Amino acid sequence: MNLLLEIGTEEIPDWMIPDALAQMRTLFGPAESVRVDATSRRLVLRATGLAERQPDRDEYVAGPALSAPAAAVEGFARKQGVAKEALEQRDGKYGYTRKIAGRETRDLLATSLPELIGKIAWPKTMFWGAKGSARFIRPVRWIVALLDDRIIPFEFAHVTSGAESSGHRRLGKARFPVTFASYEQALRENGVILSADERRSRILNELPHDARPDASLLETLVYLTEYPTVVTGEFEPSFLTLPSEVLSTVMRFHQKYFSIDDGKGGLAPRFAAVMNTSGDPAGLVRHGNERVLRARFNDARFFWDTDQQRTLDARVEDLKHVTFQAKLGNYYEKTQRVEGMVAVLGGDAHALRAARLSKADLTTELVKEFTELQGVVGGLYARAQGEPEEVSTAIYDHYKPVSMEDSLPRTEAGRFVAIADKLDTLIGCFQVGLIPSGSKDPFALRRAAQGIVKIIVEANMNLPLRSYVRQDPKLEEFVLDRVRNYFRDFAYDEISAVLASGWDSLPDVRARLIALRAVRPTADFEPLAASFKRIRNILKQADFSNTAPPVADLLEDGPERELYASFLQIQNEIAALPYQPALERIATLRPAVDRFFDKVMVNVSDERIRNNRLALLNAISTEFSKLADFSEIVIQTQETKV
Amino acid sequence: MDSYQQIIFKLKNYWAERGCVIQEPFDTEVGAGTMAPETFLRVLGPKPYRTGYVQPSRRPADGRYGENPNRLYKHQQFQLILKPSPDDVIDQYLGSLEALGINLAEHDIKLEEDNWEAPTLGAWGVGWQVMLDGLEITQFTYFQQCGGIELDLVPAEITYGLERLSAFLQGKDSVYDIEWTPGVTYGDVRKRDELQYSVYNFELADRDTLWKLFDLYEGEAQRLLALYPRAERKERFPLLATYDQVLKCSNLFNTLDARGAISVTERVAVIARVRKLAVGVAEAWVDQSAIEAAA
Repeated sequence: MNLLLEIGTEEIPDWMIPDALAQMRTLFGPAESVRVDATSRRLVLRATGLAERQPDRDEYVAGPALSAPAAAVEGFARKQGVAKEALEQRDGKYGYTRKIAGRETRDLLATSLPELIGKIAWPKTMFWGAKGSARFIRPVRWIVALLDDRIIPFEFAHVTSGAESSGHRRLGKARFPVTFASYEQALRENGVILSADERRSRILNELPHDARPDASLLETLVYLTEYPTVVTGEFEPSFLTLPSEVLSTVMRFHQKYFSIDDGKGGLAPRFAAVMNTSGDPAGLVRHGNERVLRARFNDARFFWDTDQQRTLDARVEDLKHVTFQAKLGNYYEKTQRVEGMVAVLGGDAHALRAARLSKADLTTELVKEFTELQGVVGGLYARAQGEPEEVSTAIYDHYKPVSMEDSLPRTEAGRFVAIADKLDTLIGCFQVGLIPSGSKDPFALRRAAQGIVKIIVEANMNLPLRSYVRQDPKLEEFVLDRVRNYFRDFAYDEISAVLASGWDSLPDVRARLIALRAVRPTADFEPLAASFKRIRNILKQADFSNTAPPVADLLEDGPERELYASFLQIQNEIAALPYQPALERIATLRPAVDRFFDKVMVNVSDERIRNNRLALLNAISTEFSKLADFSEIVIQTQETKV
Repeated sequence: MDSYQQIIFKLKNYWAERGCVIQEPFDTEVGAGTMAPETFLRVLGPKPYRTGYVQPSRRPADGRYGENPNRLYKHQQFQLILKPSPDDVIDQYLGSLEALGINLAEHDIKLEEDNWEAPTLGAWGVGWQVMLDGLEITQFTYFQQCGGIELDLVPAEITYGLERLSAFLQGKDSVYDIEWTPGVTYGDVRKRDELQYSVYNFELADRDTLWKLFDLYEGEAQRLLALYPRAERKERFPLLATYDQVLKCSNLFNTLDARGAISVTERVAVIARVRKLAVGVAEAWVDQSAIEAAA
């Protein structure tokens, strides 16, 4: 049987739709073939190959014991609706096998579909009727629910399911009947392209070839429309004297337009907008969008010109009136701290100058209007005001990276300012108790910490990050968590093992992780890791904290002395080896360790011997844990249990 | 081509035909049509209500001395409340655009997510900005809470930006060129206010005086709110007058803000002070309305 479910709504925020569709698919559960689709006004689930009904099944009901009084047996039979003779005997009891007829799929769906709709989790829901009525992302206005083209009757949010859909607000009819087979075509005739893929390729095909690619803008427009059509427009070339960053931000973030390349690395005085309709025969849409853009660009130019009347250098003082955070003072104070931090990190005069000017653009009209351009505007103004290139670039880049995918600041000065700025925010916020919890992270501290880690690792910087955060154990833990997250492509236990051996240098952490991952599959490695765990336990149980080396004279000939010899030899060899061969060498200790544990008893009554054995194990554990703490490695047999 | 005032007449007529009480602008300074009691207080409680009115809205920080073609200290909104929101509310709204002579078949309309929040009022809702050929012409909100109170009946609030809409309809690049009525431009009528209020708000407003006024109005609102629980005949208690004091505070806050007299630290605290008053009035209003309904 074929199922068609369409939830018709008012315009759903575009960015929520793909996740909602994924949820619907999961909530619906396994089926022969399920397809989910959506436009801005409808969420659709289609399934084929559904059974007409659940299979019938048998259910055995156990009754009284064979020795029970006849009255009890008759009572049981009566309850089952059969004669006493029809009862079965099993395991010393009477019983009866009931036939349970499978429910019809239509009935099941009448219950499960409204539940499914209600279970879709949205970032923010609303109600639109009386208090206490159903919630959804936006008002539900119609529901189509058909099983082999017969209505599955149910109600959700006071809307009764039916067989009529609704078209595009202007291109289609308000109500028209649909069937499973005709659904997509009926929508098309009513101005709706159901498939996101088709809407996407329609936009891509219609975009001018020199439009700048922008995948996330494209996705926005795919789900903001039911019938996307591209319209291109122009603006006065005189606006091109404004920086292209400003122009493209206005187009991208404020108007959802694609910018167009001039073929020489700059912008052409044109744009491409995506309409939610089939065309613009009278040119009114183009004309309207051009006017809006002109007004926006005029604003930007007005701001740019006004802002030039006061240099960034002069604006630093104004930062005294801009609060960074109530408990952390104003941006002037933050600027001073960041400058100090840049000096601590080892930044040069350019980096220090950039730090001083880095926040001054917060007082400019342009940044007040286009907050996403903070930093960028500062960089542009610094250049326009004759600051050295190193300084302006560092200011321009210092909010980077804003995501895991974003690029790093391009210059060393930029990296110093970026790290110092983020580090200051982290230290300050933790000091006054503004610590992220759950999904609450209003100061984007996770992103800040992640950014620092990313810069240090990827720019291969020799900065002891840990030493800047360790004075606050909560902050240290928080940053460490971001380090783990940064390296999340590695196995969890490998990260734990490497971090347990220290993380003063993050590029070094990465090098050790790569080596560990390479050595892990070798035969000796995991058994050796298990032995290390054992060593660790023995030392712990003995509460052994003496760090003196073992005394060679007290060692017993045989496995103990052999282990000691292997230990000395490997210790000697790995000192000059790169990480991976070093780990490979350490793994060769395995047979010696195994023999030791086979033949030698640690807990002997002679205290001197016992302590010497513990000292040997301790020396091995300490020496070979410098690259990674093997006792953190989860052995595969344990892993399979999880 | 319709003049500015004809556009207003048409909107009023359109919504009057759909059962709205057409109100006149509220006479105390407000930052938005939402703050007028016709919206802020009427959306509370279980009683259906439909109203529409033009509300001059003062945003001191947005003043540009009459020099910026798109920004105004005082702009005018056509504010509409439909409580409860009808099922075809969007179609009715789109009908109002057609009534203004916009042939929607020739234009591009999009509803883009834009949730609304007024922290000083303890109010928020979800909805869209309505984009007409890339221009935001309307804010459409399903109110969820007001004065910190979850609403009994969700109203649709539709706020038309009259200057933008008129500039669009008349094809003008500057609000000051909008034809108010034949022979008279928006600039003729309003440019003087824009200049003078910008000068006052940015240059001459006396911070100390404004702070004193703020404290005085706040004190009066607090005094009244403290009296309400003990009032013998609550149905005659002047909550509307109390709310006026709250609006005065709100406007003084905005003016002080434009004057650069409020640091971001203080900002949060002052918003909380105004909010507390607004929430107090809203709660008392719900109580009073219930008493009236029972009588």
